[in-house]
Amino acid sequence: HHYIGATWHVLKIELYEMGWNLKDGLRECLVAAAPYGGPISLLKGHNRRSPSARPQLEIYSSSGLPLASFPWKSGVVKQLGWTVSDDLLCVQEDGTVLVYDLLGGFKRHFSMGNEVSQSQVLETKIFHSPYGTGVAILTGALRFTLATNIDDIKLRRLPEVPGLQGAPSCWAVLTQDRQSKVLVANGSHLFILDNTACTPVTPPGLSPQASSIVHMCVSFSYKYLALLTDSGHVWMGTSNLKEKLSEVDTKIKTPPKQMAWCRRPKSQQPSAVVMWDGLLIVVGECKETIQYHLDDDSILVPELDGVRIISGTHHELLQEVPGACEEIFKIASMAPGALLLEAHKEYEKESQKADEYLREIKEQSLLSEAVRQCVEAAGHEHEPETQKTLLRAASFGKCFLSNFPPEQFVSMCRDLRVLNAVRDYTVGIPLTHTQFKQMTVQVLIDRLVYRKLYPLAIEICRYLKTPEYQGVSRVLKHWACYKVQQKEESDEVIAKAVSVKLADAAGIFYSEIATKAYESGRTELAIKLLEFEPRSGEQVPLLLKMKKSPLALSKAIESGDTDLVYTVVMYLKNELNRGDFFMMLRNQPVALSLYKQFCKHQEQDTLKDLFNQDDDHEELGNLYVKASYKEQRLEARIALLQSAVDEYYKAKNEFSAKTTEDEMRLLRFQRKLEEEKGELLVGFSLHDTMTTLLSVGLHKHAEQLYKDFRVPDKRFWWLKLKSLAEKEDWEELEKFGKSKKSPIGYLPFVEVCIKHHNKYEAKKYVSKVTPEQKVKAHLAVGDMEGAAEAAIERRNESEISTVLSRCSATTDHLLMERLNRAKATAVKK
Amino acid sequence: ARTVREPGAFRHLTRRSSSRLKELRRITKRCSVRIECIVSLPEDKLQPRDFHILFVPRRSLLCEQRLKEKGVLNSFTNIDEYILDLIPYDGDLLSMESESSFRECYLENDQTSLYHAAKGLMTLQALYGTIPQIFGKGECARHVANMMLRMKREFAGSQTQILPVFDTLLLLDRNVDLLTPLATQLTYEGLIDEIFGITNGYVKLPPEKFAQKKQGEGGKELPTEPKKLQLNSAEELYAEIRDKNFNAVGAALSKKAKIISAAFEERHNAKTVGEIKQFVSQLPHMQAARSSLANHTSIAELIKDITTSEDFFDSLTVEQEFMTGVDTDKVSTYIEDCIAQKDPLIKILRLVCMQSVCNNGLKQKVLDYYKKEILQTYGYKHILTLKNLERVGLLKPQSTMRNNYPTIRKTLKLWMEDANEQNPNDISYVYSGYAPLSVRLTQVLARPGWRSIEEVLKMLPGPHFEERQQVPTGLHKKRQPGENRTILVFFLGGVTYAEIAALRFLSNMEDSGTEYIIAATKLINGTSWIKSLMDSPEENLP
Repeated sequence: HHYIGATWHVLKIELYEMGWNLKDGLRECLVAAAPYGGPISLLKGHNRRSPSARPQLEIYSSSGLPLASFPWKSGVVKQLGWTVSDDLLCVQEDGTVLVYDLLGGFKRHFSMGNEVSQSQVLETKIFHSPYGTGVAILTGALRFTLATNIDDIKLRRLPEVPGLQGAPSCWAVLTQDRQSKVLVANGSHLFILDNTACTPVTPPGLSPQASSIVHMCVSFSYKYLALLTDSGHVWMGTSNLKEKLSEVDTKIKTPPKQMAWCRRPKSQQPSAVVMWDGLLIVVGECKETIQYHLDDDSILVPELDGVRIISGTHHELLQEVPGACEEIFKIASMAPGALLLEAHKEYEKESQKADEYLREIKEQSLLSEAVRQCVEAAGHEHEPETQKTLLRAASFGKCFLSNFPPEQFVSMCRDLRVLNAVRDYTVGIPLTHTQFKQMTVQVLIDRLVYRKLYPLAIEICRYLKTPEYQGVSRVLKHWACYKVQQKEESDEVIAKAVSVKLADAAGIFYSEIATKAYESGRTELAIKLLEFEPRSGEQVPLLLKMKKSPLALSKAIESGDTDLVYTVVMYLKNELNRGDFFMMLRNQPVALSLYKQFCKHQEQDTLKDLFNQDDDHEELGNLYVKASYKEQRLEARIALLQSAVDEYYKAKNEFSAKTTEDEMRLLRFQRKLEEEKGELLVGFSLHDTMTTLLSVGLHKHAEQLYKDFRVPDKRFWWLKLKSLAEKEDWEELEKFGKSKKSPIGYLPFVEVCIKHHNKYEAKKYVSKVTPEQKVKAHLAVGDMEGAAEAAIERRNESEISTVLSRCSATTDHLLMERLNRAKATAVKK
Repeated sequence: ARTVREPGAFRHLTRRSSSRLKELRRITKRCSVRIECIVSLPEDKLQPRDFHILFVPRRSLLCEQRLKEKGVLNSFTNIDEYILDLIPYDGDLLSMESESSFRECYLENDQTSLYHAAKGLMTLQALYGTIPQIFGKGECARHVANMMLRMKREFAGSQTQILPVFDTLLLLDRNVDLLTPLATQLTYEGLIDEIFGITNGYVKLPPEKFAQKKQGEGGKELPTEPKKLQLNSAEELYAEIRDKNFNAVGAALSKKAKIISAAFEERHNAKTVGEIKQFVSQLPHMQAARSSLANHTSIAELIKDITTSEDFFDSLTVEQEFMTGVDTDKVSTYIEDCIAQKDPLIKILRLVCMQSVCNNGLKQKVLDYYKKEILQTYGYKHILTLKNLERVGLLKPQSTMRNNYPTIRKTLKLWMEDANEQNPNDISYVYSGYAPLSVRLTQVLARPGWRSIEEVLKMLPGPHFEERQQVPTGLHKKRQPGENRTILVFFLGGVTYAEIAALRFLSNMEDSGTEYIIAATKLINGTSWIKSLMDSPEENLP
């Protein structure tokens, strides 16, 4: 361990000796290294313009192992950069941005707009924000154009910077208030550019000796800003320019090559790194600086919790010393962690001093704190041996603690195992524990997948017990997507390989794999793969795209999702000629009935064709009946009904045919009568027609309908009875009652008369009712005597009771006595 | 924006601009299979508005296509769906409120609602764990179970590790039991629904009985607005009486009245400050109980006016005759008379269908006679409705097959002579004698099992089946002794309040050992059900 500086500690550790073999180091190279230990891209001789000597684009892992290399054939590249998903962006002079994956595969390109291509790119910065990866461009016209998210490009041209004559001395992109802004220095003036305005700003307490700001950098979190002035002062403060944290004189007045923040999250002190040729200076809160000599051309890669320094031969990490490590490893430290480590060392040596140390910790009740310190420090260590020593000490300490929650220890052991695996030279992802926690396992798995390190990714998923569909299955899907693009293998071999590997994996989306296969021109393979897709809904869109419509239709039906069936049906309707379309539907009853539903609402004529095709005369008949009701003109209506009748006969549905004929007959009758008598009748039911006729005194016509339509006597009697009573035509009613023996009896006569409050008329019919209804009839007209008489005569107990219940104790006293006597005998019997 | 509580397939349009709206209205009127209504804010002529569309229960391609054809699809700022499958109606009741589900499934061969039912069950399982056992009876039940099993495969690997809450799912087709909804429900809640209709947990009642009697005014001013009441188990008294036979409600109400007035009397006993404080703290609860009691007393009076009428009695007598198999093979004089007097058509249809179901079809002559009578009296246009009823099996000509209804009735004990309305000991109390077939099937499934009624199951339409779903190891429920099993009963095609009451009765029965949760595509009664099957070329039915 290098412990440098007296007041605050910075630690430089070597991550890798670079595996690449660069002749001239990084000299004359355009270099871009992705954060989170991501890949490095180099473009050698990017300024060469002759077609004979094309520049070479190379991509390496962080350990310098080659991932891709190819000659650059497009335009002049101004800037390289990496996206959050490990894609390489190459920004050309003309504002075109080319996107490559990290293995050098071309993905797409996009333009930064006309204005940029006309005035050319002067400078470019690629930046990351919560919205994704963005590109900021300074054009030849000294204007800034910004795209905040390259996956959803919305170009923004920022306002003009006043007084800008040439390229600004320096600028940076920062994210504030959910907006990306540009901070520009023009000499000693500083401006913030947002969508609408260019605002001059002044850093509080900036040294007055400065006449120009020559360099600036924003921290990884966009929270802090560092400015370097021509007087060699580094000003450090918050990026909203509200607060100054520190200012340090580097005593160097030449412009630096690069500057970066080197600060741990939650750290109390600011620190930045400034790099010149051969020299690196770390500045912090105090006046003192830490200096490193650099042998070689290097670049700085800012990270969440430090800065990586990459040179032609080495890859190092510069970090503030983590608190836990400092506590433990500080010389003569009495921190609980340090004592525990010491205790464990003594224990290993089988020395009794172990007990002394332990006791010392326990006396202060700091054992759990000691364990925590050791675990945390282990997380920050890169050397597996040191990690182990610390973890062993922690584990040793844990033995003397009851109820110490094991989670932190267990998960740290797991995390470190994963970290050591990906830091391995062959993988080359030098993540710190802090970075790993920030980026999450999910993203780490993605990154391994991008590198096609499928077995390692799967092993990590299994080891960390990541839920299958987020872990192993996802990796396998990516593997399969890659596999199906391998042209040299046959469809069968690939389909088999994929199905064997993926057989037990849960939640595999075969449709995505099939889509990849189809996109690489392998339709047959795609169909084979789709067979494995359990979600039939997902099969359908691709099958349609591949023009496998019958299969798509049956898959849609299988899914049970009717909306999906409609999707296919509507597609087929446009794609096929009518005959073929109908034919296909015929073989799929589910689709056919859904289509019929659709037609019922939107295409009545098509519906008719469908029924015709199936010789479904019954349905055709129904269709005509329905249509007839929409028709206003009577002639047309009758014509439609006639068509219905024909169809019903063809369907051998005599009842429907006859009924519809009756309906036509009634309509004609109603119209005739409307014309003759001026009564509104059309549309009435037969029953209502007769009622109307009777109510206006057209008895003959009502009689005619009664006979013609063979209305049952009972119903006709009821109808006539009610109509006459309604009209209070008592004379006619009496005549009617006497015309012949009533098929409904005479109780209804009594009741209907009573209903119309005519007791006098009602009484006329009481004598005519059947013996069973006598009591009821007498009661209806309020004749208690008569009711009692009838009930007693019939010796019916329940009838006697009914009458009794209607008697009033005050007025019908005698009657009640009689009834009670009769009841007694009736019961006896 | 107003919200719409019609969970069918509605679109929710929050804002509009003038010309576009007209176009939209026009589309929705005649348009597609699914568009039913659009709701909007009052027009604002000055400000251009944003349009948003929200599909419920799911996005519909046809709808979007139609909107596209009309050139308005791009006018929407947001097009989204609000997935609304199962809506909780009470602590033990879920409904999809899919009005036309039965009609679509059995008449139109459109199984969209079943897909939504399966989706809803998947959501339920995601929340309450995989249901280890699925039983079912009927074609639709089979279809839903198949979709569930398929979806389960599709979601393989993403299951949530939840201890199953439900032990069993029972899927029942409505057409397995066509009889029950036709019968007049005789529970308190059932009668409220039969007479006034419960919509989305609310009932609108004639206001006269609810007039506030103020002293001095003599109660002359009667309110004209219908009284709207919410009905659910949150109301203590309603929870107590909703599932009782109506004949037992009077006693329950007067008992409650005594308890409440006794509680109010307590105030005379409250002597110390502490006691008075205690009394006062209970006042809001007591007052709520008193107003609840007043409301239900009024409702019970309204219902009693109807149930004591001769009409109601006669109609019920005929229903019970049919259910016990009396004279189901001849033309019923009662129905004849009802037609002759032009009673409401739906009443007639309910009775005729009931007779047909209880006779396993009517003699051709009888059937044709009824049909002719109905058509002559109510209009020929109803021929399509009659065809619909025939197609779903509610009306049918007798086949050569023997009438198996008596066998079913006897085996499943569908008719109980001595139904105890006051202190029921059997589910048959909900129809004063008739035990709903659907609930009997559920009861037998729980104990002793369907194997005992294999023969009857074969007589009922559609397949019966059992499926098992793998529950992740470690999630197998270890039932404590005395702990109840929980069965989710899903009625495909609708459930009546009386059936719900019967299932609740089974849940509450001592040592039944089973608790029932009820789900349905829709809460129905005979009237709303028959209405949903009617097909009148003219928009409005009589």
